[in-house]
Amino acid sequence: MPDRKSAPPIKDAVAYAIQLKSPEIHQLANKVDLYKVQAGTEEVVQIEWVFKAGNWYEQQNNIAAATNFLIKNGTSSKSAYDINEYVDFYGAYLNRSCYNETAVVTLHCLTRQLEQLLPLVQEIFMDAVLPEEELHIFRQNMKQKLAVNLKKCDFVAGRKIDALLFGEKHPYGVYSETADYDALEIAALRNFYAQYYQQGHCTIFAAGIFPSNFATLMEQNFGSLPFNKQTLVEPVHPFIPSAQKQWQILNDPEGVQGAIRIARLFPNRHHPDFPKVQVLNTLFGGFFGSRLMNNIREDKGYTYGIYSYLQNHIQGGAWIISTEAGREVCEATVKEVYYEMQQLRDGDIDAEELLLVKNYLIGTLLGDLDGPFHIIARWKNLILNGLDINFFNHSVDTIKHIHADELRELANRYLQPDDFFELTVV
Amino acid sequence: MVRFERFQLANGLKVLVHPDTSTPMAVVNVLYDVGARDEDPGQTGFAHLFEHLMFGGSVNIPDYDEPLQVAGGENNAYTTNDLTNYYCQLPADNLETAMWLESDRMLSLAFSKKSLDVQRKVVCEEFREHYINKPYGDVWHIMRELAYTTHPYRWMTIGQELAHIEDAQLDDVKRFFFKHYTPSNAILVVAGNVTTEQVRLLAEKWFGDIPAGERYQRNLPQEPVQTEARRRTVHRNVPMDAIYKTWHMCSRMDDRYYAADLLSDILGGGASSRLYQSLVKEQQLFTSINCYHFGSLDAGLFTIEGQLVKGVDIQKAEDAIEAELDKVRNQPIAERELQKVQNKTESVMAFEDMSVMNRAGSLAFYELLGDGELMNTEFDKYRAVTAGQVHQLAQELLKPTNSNTLWYLSSTDATQP
Repeated sequence: MPDRKSAPPIKDAVAYAIQLKSPEIHQLANKVDLYKVQAGTEEVVQIEWVFKAGNWYEQQNNIAAATNFLIKNGTSSKSAYDINEYVDFYGAYLNRSCYNETAVVTLHCLTRQLEQLLPLVQEIFMDAVLPEEELHIFRQNMKQKLAVNLKKCDFVAGRKIDALLFGEKHPYGVYSETADYDALEIAALRNFYAQYYQQGHCTIFAAGIFPSNFATLMEQNFGSLPFNKQTLVEPVHPFIPSAQKQWQILNDPEGVQGAIRIARLFPNRHHPDFPKVQVLNTLFGGFFGSRLMNNIREDKGYTYGIYSYLQNHIQGGAWIISTEAGREVCEATVKEVYYEMQQLRDGDIDAEELLLVKNYLIGTLLGDLDGPFHIIARWKNLILNGLDINFFNHSVDTIKHIHADELRELANRYLQPDDFFELTVV
Repeated sequence: MVRFERFQLANGLKVLVHPDTSTPMAVVNVLYDVGARDEDPGQTGFAHLFEHLMFGGSVNIPDYDEPLQVAGGENNAYTTNDLTNYYCQLPADNLETAMWLESDRMLSLAFSKKSLDVQRKVVCEEFREHYINKPYGDVWHIMRELAYTTHPYRWMTIGQELAHIEDAQLDDVKRFFFKHYTPSNAILVVAGNVTTEQVRLLAEKWFGDIPAGERYQRNLPQEPVQTEARRRTVHRNVPMDAIYKTWHMCSRMDDRYYAADLLSDILGGGASSRLYQSLVKEQQLFTSINCYHFGSLDAGLFTIEGQLVKGVDIQKAEDAIEAELDKVRNQPIAERELQKVQNKTESVMAFEDMSVMNRAGSLAFYELLGDGELMNTEFDKYRAVTAGQVHQLAQELLKPTNSNTLWYLSSTDATQP
């Protein structure tokens, strides 16, 4: 019988060298950068076209999101159905997503089908017609989706906390009301499309196993498009946080749970404390073994889960604690969150706990670099945030070498209850 | 093509090894052949509650998560109506840590009172979060009870009611463990940067001396053939009316499964599917509509669900669905349309197989179906399906007498019928 009481010897994950495979960078004739990572075992590819076309650039709420959604719903020669049927026939996925600074069109397909699909992608960038009827359907469906979401305490809390942190008018804090959808007009979408897609600023990220004529295909389809020519005027949007810090909202009198958000503003990735606070955040509430989870779920059973995280914005973000807890234990949950902050400010982090967090972070990072899509996602994140490999390497070093007293110092700097907004939505 | 080797320990544990040297990681996946269908009707939700307890310490190791995290690993688990699956990933050098942890909790849990007390609460919060405090959260609770009279698919994995979870006792936990969590009811898959020899040694060392236990003999009451359409209407505090229709379909191992899966894609798989194009885009009766099934191991449910545009009469909306069903029953399916959903299936499978964790999970699942090798022949079965077969299946499956219809209506006063 083996000795089951003692753990087998391990190699500390912090002993691993972590390397992020570099992408090949290729510039198309029109100066559009194409980053590509060739890796993987399956004959598949993913290509992302990232446009500077997020809600940062819109003059009216939802123009960016609506334009992004409708971009594949018809060109001068193809209906929305024709486009969808074509994409589906080749077993592909053509998705689009709109963020704050960027809006993205993503193609996933089998390598052997790529050649059939790229001309269609080019067509939607140059010749989308944004049909009036499609806007009508979008408006109607989004309004109903919103009505359903507004019944959910977590949805209401999620948008409210952003508005408290950044201001209701700021692109990071703005949210949609029914009236915003009613106010959408096709002319404004078409203008946005012309300015931010047809003649917009684009960067391309590709990963997977490429066909041998990949460079030629990309050049043929995208190398002569009028991207990156106009000077992009970068609007300035100052943060206007709410003056009131404490909020209780009763959204559903019958609700049996409350959505709790406790959050403060936090600088972006360029701030020297950012990588260090990522370690502190992990210990605090960033993974299943965190202090918040151990106390509030595993010891007290107040919630199915509680997490903290650093919000992912380019200009500056927030540090957020988020959970749904039983209605009658919401107050107790909030109290425990502050208790855990205080423990980090005043208490000790023993060597064992810190090593666990470091090993966990490095171990998951090792696992997370598995496969081409994960690798390109890291690069995309670096590049869109104006960072390079040094940031990645520095973050890895920080995880490996940070001391407990540095973490305590950071806790004293950033985990001060007075700096936090506190919101409970039942 | 996923290559693997297989061996079995004397106590009945099946072990599959899938080496992949392109990753520095190892994945350990343990599937137990027990799900919500194996529960006592008076103690539903137990298989899932039990999954939570599997993290509450085992006989020799007080905590599962901590040593795994120290070794750079992370893990999770899920329970379905059919099975319970545990998986973890860690640097391959530390594979033995995972084998030590998984084997000890297969040997015996600690059966801690505290863990049971806390996890009962946690699962009740999970129940509230997903099924009570969410609009439309109780749909499957209602639909399962409508569609099944006999088979234990009648209840959801989370359980029929909160009380079943609140009342769970430590003795029930012990009985459940020794009945289902035995080596002969489990499949172990080790994948990633490992060799078969290394896994064989570690499996013998850590799992070899676990008593075989009794092989659980599943003998579930089977659902009688439904001969009459069933309907139910409920009123709830939701903003929009919705409609849910289900039909009893074949089991996962039935030859007709592949045609049924392709039929669900033809009807409701994505933006070029028939229901979406006709009902959301052309007629604008629904804001969303989907067609899917659960791939259940026993005979399951083929489902259409849609949310109505505000103001549309629900009878009119249902008639429009029926008109599409008439088309698929009465008119042949075009070759191009079949080819489209086959192509889509091929690419879904290729994308799923990208991560070593998914490949390990799939191998365990196919081994449960009878042979891990099925993973490599699965797509051929989809490719072999003919348009005629899908058409014939649509006629059998979508018979009105085989249908269950739920009208989920919006009411401002939330009358509970």
